[in-house]
Amino acid sequence: MDETESALTAWAIEVEALSKSFGRNRALSNIDLKIGRGEHVIVFGPNGAGKTTLVKVLSTLSKPSSGTVRVDGEDIRSDPVKVRRRISLVSHDTFLYDNLTVYENLRFYGKMHDVPDLEENVREVIARVRLEPRLHDRVGILSHGMQQRVSIARAIIHNPSILFLDEPEAGLDPQAVVMLRDVLESVNTPERTIVMTTHNLRQGVEMGDRVVILDRGKIVYQASRDDIDTVNFYEIYQSYTGTGE
Amino acid sequence: MRGSLSKVLAIFWKDILLEIRTKESVTAILVFALLVLVIFNFAFEPETATMNLVAPGILWVAFTFAGVLGLNRVFAIERENSRLAGLLLCPIDPMLIYWGKLLGSFTFMFAIEIIVTPIFLVLLNLPLFLPRLLLIIVLATLGFTSVGTLFSALANNIRARDIMLPILFLPIVVPVIIAAVEATALVLQSSPWGDMMTWLQIMIAFDIIYLVVATLVFQYVVEG
Repeated sequence: MDETESALTAWAIEVEALSKSFGRNRALSNIDLKIGRGEHVIVFGPNGAGKTTLVKVLSTLSKPSSGTVRVDGEDIRSDPVKVRRRISLVSHDTFLYDNLTVYENLRFYGKMHDVPDLEENVREVIARVRLEPRLHDRVGILSHGMQQRVSIARAIIHNPSILFLDEPEAGLDPQAVVMLRDVLESVNTPERTIVMTTHNLRQGVEMGDRVVILDRGKIVYQASRDDIDTVNFYEIYQSYTGTGE
Repeated sequence: MRGSLSKVLAIFWKDILLEIRTKESVTAILVFALLVLVIFNFAFEPETATMNLVAPGILWVAFTFAGVLGLNRVFAIERENSRLAGLLLCPIDPMLIYWGKLLGSFTFMFAIEIIVTPIFLVLLNLPLFLPRLLLIIVLATLGFTSVGTLFSALANNIRARDIMLPILFLPIVVPVIIAAVEATALVLQSSPWGDMMTWLQIMIAFDIIYLVVATLVFQYVVEG
């Protein structure tokens, strides 16, 4: 499929009958999911539900055991390199090198993505995460919250059309979470598709166009924000997962 | 091609910069290699027939075990903070990661050898200018690091990785070490070029085979 054809594909992500097993342990079971362009999908689920595995498969880091996953019309198994040009991942691990400066980290990842006008792009993304004064500081001396903001800058340096966020707030204090949320809002563009996993039900419901609840590797609930009873979402979540996590 | 080379060099330069800042690998390897030389120098009297016999072995024991220490670190940097996932998410062929890492491993090991070899030659009262020894070191180090970089990536996913790396890796690399020891012995005895050709050919063949094999299988090692 060429660039023009894939640009015409209606869905940013199409998942059909996806299963993923680790030995005898089935982490994902028969997942069907279609995510539109520019849509923000929030995935909830208790620990061990398969959220991280789902993100790893969608972002090409893990191969599906069965089923198909198409990202921008491209099958992730047939041409993962092409898919990786269009996606990015922010996880609770930042992928950053502590002994390199913020600038060196962003420049390194920019080079790996063939980012044109790299200097200009580095300055632009660092401004978007509001860390210009720390550009030449080593990442290792920054707080975890700041490192996570640098990680967001790293993730958007090649202007991906799809951004995966796997519990980006894990381990952050409440103040850093608020800051991170602001930063996520600033990198949010109408054409960018976002898939985020989180335990924060209230924030997730506010941020998403659609929510999905995953439990024991299966999608047990999904609804668009307009159809959700936001006031009672905690009870809905509990009724589907049997936990109050 | 140019784009691929720039990515290989970016990975290489990143590793060099990290090593310059932390000095985690080079310092440990250098101290270890020097210690081996000094200990053996006390065990055997210099300028004796025994010393001439065991000297090539001493040199390559020092390089081999120091090299294993260094190889343990090659992918340890990428293990922390899931940086390998960050690299794998880049739109590049995983073989470029292998070549960038290989270039780094080779440079670190070669740098240590360049420091240690003159000390070894001085301890043995041998001439310092031995271009043939330099050639042997380059060929053997290339073979050693081409396999070692692959096995370092493999051991990265294993729990007892520090122990498993030498167990898995040393039996594979034995041919190149034996060839290096034999060729070094011939150089130290000032034998003619022709005598060491067989050993050089073994090292060249080993380098080519393992560079090709490692390049092809690296993707399956890191992506599972």
